[in-house]
Amino acid sequence: MADTTGTADPAHIAGSEGEGVRRRDFINIAAVSAAGVGGITLLYPLISQMAPSKDVLAESSTEIDISKIEPGQAIKAIFRKQPLFVRNLTQVEIAEANAVDISTLRDPQTLDERTVEAEKNKKGKENWLITMGVCTHLGCVPLGAGEGEIKGEFGGYFCPCHGSTYDTAARIRKGPAPKNLEVPVYEFTSDTVVKVG
Amino acid sequence: MSFPWANHYNPTNPLMKWMDEKLPLPRLVYNAIGAGYPVPRNLNYFWNFGVLAGFCLVLQIVTGVVLAMHYAPNSTVAFASTEHIMRDVNWGWMLRYAHANGASAFFAVIYVHIFRGFFYGSYKAPREMVWLLGVVIFLLMMATGFMGYVLPWGQMSFWGAKVITGLFGAIPVVGEGLQHWLLGGFAPDDAALNRFFSLHFLLPFVIAGVVILHIWALHIPGSSNPTGVEVKSESDTVPFHPYYTAKDGWGLGVFLIIYCTVVFFMPNQFGHPDNYIPANPLSTPAHIVPEWYFWPFYAILRAFTFDIFFIPAKLMGVMAMFGAILVWFFLPWLDNSPVRSGKYRPMFKWFFGALIVDMAVLFYCGGAPAEEPYVMISQIATAYYFLHFLVLLPLIAAMERPKPLPFSITEAVLGADDAAKLAAKS
Repeated sequence: MADTTGTADPAHIAGSEGEGVRRRDFINIAAVSAAGVGGITLLYPLISQMAPSKDVLAESSTEIDISKIEPGQAIKAIFRKQPLFVRNLTQVEIAEANAVDISTLRDPQTLDERTVEAEKNKKGKENWLITMGVCTHLGCVPLGAGEGEIKGEFGGYFCPCHGSTYDTAARIRKGPAPKNLEVPVYEFTSDTVVKVG
Repeated sequence: MSFPWANHYNPTNPLMKWMDEKLPLPRLVYNAIGAGYPVPRNLNYFWNFGVLAGFCLVLQIVTGVVLAMHYAPNSTVAFASTEHIMRDVNWGWMLRYAHANGASAFFAVIYVHIFRGFFYGSYKAPREMVWLLGVVIFLLMMATGFMGYVLPWGQMSFWGAKVITGLFGAIPVVGEGLQHWLLGGFAPDDAALNRFFSLHFLLPFVIAGVVILHIWALHIPGSSNPTGVEVKSESDTVPFHPYYTAKDGWGLGVFLIIYCTVVFFMPNQFGHPDNYIPANPLSTPAHIVPEWYFWPFYAILRAFTFDIFFIPAKLMGVMAMFGAILVWFFLPWLDNSPVRSGKYRPMFKWFFGALIVDMAVLFYCGGAPAEEPYVMISQIATAYYFLHFLVLLPLIAAMERPKPLPFSITEAVLGADDAAKLAAKS
């Protein structure tokens, strides 16, 4: 770069610093560096614009009335544009979930960790299983929350896309999903209302 | 570059002479796909598919640009605007069916084109770059096809988008952030739909650019041929025009008969009825399948239902799916048999047949529900797929005893080549 052009020796024009380093080299490096840094800086907004926008990110919490959910029933709600499962477990389902040796699980968690301890006022809420309705494999909505839907061989949820099967604590038991269904942050504001988010 | 005996562009019309001095575009065309490009005389019908793929690209760009004049990429109206095209826009139904089935036709043609390359060793030196650029085009086509399928915002569109962007969530540490960045949200919504539309419009032109590089790289050594023997003399070639323009024109006619039959008589054959239901983020269709042209790779994705060492099943599936195509980049170096054409490779021929069967099995399993026995069959077929490329091809190249090659293309065609006799005498 910046080699001699034409017949005139640029060392005479730009002023020689000796040892082949010339003022022009400095200008060259400074100009290319400034342009390079400028170019990279320009990339930042171009990349950042693709991230979720403010309105999408805006904190949203959803209040759900759970008074109508009988034991054994579940509802689908919407939380941050994604489905949320609220399930009222029966005593049999709770016993089933507690009977599992958690060391055999892919994502070891007890039912208590997923229900009672997820909630701040820890009393008698073991039957409320609140999870995202988003399969941890590739994001499908598993079946099992709606009336008459297949619950899979472990009695919880079954994802029809790739066959991930969850148990009554919505823990992954079989199929390609790596994790249990996600438990969001939630809080019971009264005995019949739960605030998610 | 071309062979020394190639015809020279020599315009006689004064306007064309003037043009040739100012901008020699007609000269470029003449030398690229005209009488100035000498091509082996023995090309069979499998060599028609490159031109057919080019035709499909033009077809998709033309129909796509006009569809974009009527489509609205907003989640509230995208589905309705697609139906507006189907019902209200003049000839809208035809344009949309031509575009949707054009994608199927494009992939069908490209698969024949790729498997032609597999069998006749088109990827081998000196045409590695042609092959590598071809794989790039295929990857761009897959991205474009996927994003196009999202645009009507039906159930399959939405859930396809969710599943495919979910693939990126499998990447450790950065996966979830990357997925949210790609979608511009936590689930596919306006942000995702808008950017998919923007990229779906852009990528075909990127493909067109890479196609030019693909053809440029091809024209340096010249086209290969079914014998795999390089061109030696003028008697081995004929000018592209009129010989192959005529043959490609005939092939295009046959292709159009089949294509138009689908567009006009069975336009929804390759679609999925669920995509005529508007997108519903709360209900997953019972059986999510991508378009047929992704089935083999979808089967590979779903084949991994168990963790391998510390790698979770989900990540394995994603890596295997991308790996199934990325392995093609290494093909020129994995198969180092000096014989190019499968015609003269007795052992390779059988394994090529086995690969076709394997792909057919994966294809079938990819379209089938995620249950036994399809999962197990997919696992076996996936294992064989990688075995073919990574183990069998190098082994065959080392062990096989190829059949004798003809002296030249001319000898292969005519049974005798004067140049061969001369070579034998000396």
